[in-house]
Amino acid sequence: MQAQEELKELRDAILEADDERALAATGRLLEAGVDPRTILDSGMSQAMFELGERWNRGEVFLPEVVAAADVFKRCNELVEPALLAGGRRQPSHRVVMATVKGDVHDLGKNIVGAMLRTAGFEVHDLGKDVPADRLVEAVRELEPSLVGLSALLTTTMLQQKAAIQALEAAGLRQAVRVLVGGAPVTGQWAAEIGADGYAPNAPEAVKLALRLVEGAAPGPGGGAP
Amino acid sequence: MSRPGTLRVLSDGEVASVHEAALRVLAESGVYIDYPRALEHLAEKGARVDFAARRVRFPRSLVERALLSCPDSFTLYDRDGRAALQVGGDQVHFAPGSCAVRVLDSDGTARPSTARDLVDLVRVADALPQVSLQSTAVVAAEAPKELADSYRLFLVLSHSAKPVVTGAFSEPGLWDMKTLLDAVSDDQAGDAPCAVFDVCPSPPLKWTAISAANVMDGAAANLPIEFVSMPMPGAASPATLAGSVALHAAETLSGVVLAQTVRPGARVVWGGAPVQFDMRYGTTPLSAVEATMIGVASAQLGKHYRLPTHTYAALSDAKEVDAQAGLETALSGVLAALARINVISGLGTLDFENTHSREKLVLDAELAGMVQRLLRGISVSGETLATELIVELGPGADYLGQRHTRRWFREESHLPGAVIDRLERQAWAQSGSPDAWARARKQVEVLLAGHQAPAPPADRAGALAAAMRRIMAAHGCQALPFVER
Repeated sequence: MQAQEELKELRDAILEADDERALAATGRLLEAGVDPRTILDSGMSQAMFELGERWNRGEVFLPEVVAAADVFKRCNELVEPALLAGGRRQPSHRVVMATVKGDVHDLGKNIVGAMLRTAGFEVHDLGKDVPADRLVEAVRELEPSLVGLSALLTTTMLQQKAAIQALEAAGLRQAVRVLVGGAPVTGQWAAEIGADGYAPNAPEAVKLALRLVEGAAPGPGGGAP
Repeated sequence: MSRPGTLRVLSDGEVASVHEAALRVLAESGVYIDYPRALEHLAEKGARVDFAARRVRFPRSLVERALLSCPDSFTLYDRDGRAALQVGGDQVHFAPGSCAVRVLDSDGTARPSTARDLVDLVRVADALPQVSLQSTAVVAAEAPKELADSYRLFLVLSHSAKPVVTGAFSEPGLWDMKTLLDAVSDDQAGDAPCAVFDVCPSPPLKWTAISAANVMDGAAANLPIEFVSMPMPGAASPATLAGSVALHAAETLSGVVLAQTVRPGARVVWGGAPVQFDMRYGTTPLSAVEATMIGVASAQLGKHYRLPTHTYAALSDAKEVDAQAGLETALSGVLAALARINVISGLGTLDFENTHSREKLVLDAELAGMVQRLLRGISVSGETLATELIVELGPGADYLGQRHTRRWFREESHLPGAVIDRLERQAWAQSGSPDAWARARKQVEVLLAGHQAPAPPADRAGALAAAMRRIMAAHGCQALPFVER
């Protein structure tokens, strides 16, 4: 099969959230010696972009976006080593996301993560119940442009504040933009705890993220003003 | 598939009691028919007729024979000749209310309705998939009285292909309307009907010359006839619900006999416009819960006779699209739908069926969509119970990314349109905190700007316009909006 057809097969498989087909296509493309950058840009990212368009037209819904983003992530795990080996890292904005300590609700964060992937962000999801020191460690290591902090409970939203304070204490706060979200969170709360932004839902979070990285160079540390 | 049970407000024994009461009324009191041709016709068919008093009494056997020749369901076609829907059985279809005289404008003021208003309402209804039928929703103030009925139908046929609930305002009006239907359908008005003709007896137990003529002529022309009896408890029928249901049945049965004796097998619908009579104001609320109960009970009679059924419901008597409008529309609409009444007319209307609102039509279509979801019921199988999945995933799992979710979420959940607010509060506030009226206004603008209502095929559009011009010429009318000269 020609590389173009194989790339289309990869895009279709991601759009249909068919992990077996997507992983097989990715494997065949790598084996055939296709540039991993091409696989990422013309295959995987292109599919996520198309998914984002379909979302905007109201044709796909959360289950499809979350599943496709998950397939994207798994394909990326195959492509990333090849990219690194070639010394050619993807110049996209990186986001570190976490549901804060004490909170095990990660549905909202997963949705936002999936939507950010459709917009071309490189999303590193630390999971749920993430203590501030683990967040600091990840920010130091990954040098993201953005940090997303989720909290569902009024009792755990205080941990958003603690996480921002920990970033400050580590001298990393100026290097990143911090977004906060979750059911009890408001714009006022975001301002109060010194976050850079708040969005009430996933599509707004994507718009906000794009606005915050606008003009900044992509790649590690690109979010630094 | 477990569907919600059919709502019944009468037991089988009580239905039989109402039936007996109606037969006794027809035999002993009979009905007044202000139309000599009908009196002669019914006398010939075996009714006992007092010509001087214009009273017709019906022997039991005549009524029973008429019921035997009625079809238990029939197909309605669209304007362009495609089978559109079945009227009968457990099917439920929603239609806009009909024959209002005012519209509630988008700025909230009520004013007399015009041809433009009817066209806009028809275009909005055409764009809403939850609305299965059109109706000649409002009268056009521009039209002379003699062609008000045919002109309304012309406007509907010109702007939507959906089947239409309509009705004539005079004896010749029905024939003018049949001319229009034949013009647009290549003479299929009777064989592949796209229009149902409402005919209303006058409570209690009276038929005007126009209504009696419409029944006889509609049957002769093979047009489906929907009887719309309107008992009025305590004013034009007994104050009791049971007595009002019996009177409704007697009036409707007399119409069934008239139609079936003209053409055995004529398509008839057991319909109604039940009301309550408000003893404080003398008004006739159609959305009173007692009115809907009469409608449900009457439909039980219709279903007992194996006839297609109809009622007015999913409407409100409020003057604005407010909380009262929402609760009355929903309550009456849900009850009528659970009773599996085949055609439910009322969407978009307020104010005793006198005022139509495009914005309310858009909101009411959402009710219709939700009700159809309710009627589909809950599917219970190994696959839908998903026991294996629940066990496999265990506590704390995320179902959003599961294949099972992608397989099922679309058919299990009904996604309403943008007019139903389900935003999180901040997002709603950011979008300008729109209330239902504001959201509906926006949706109406979008639909009117974007929706292309299908015109009839070119030759038939020409034939339809030519037929309308001939009707206008016969009544000395030179020009009307939307009729090409």
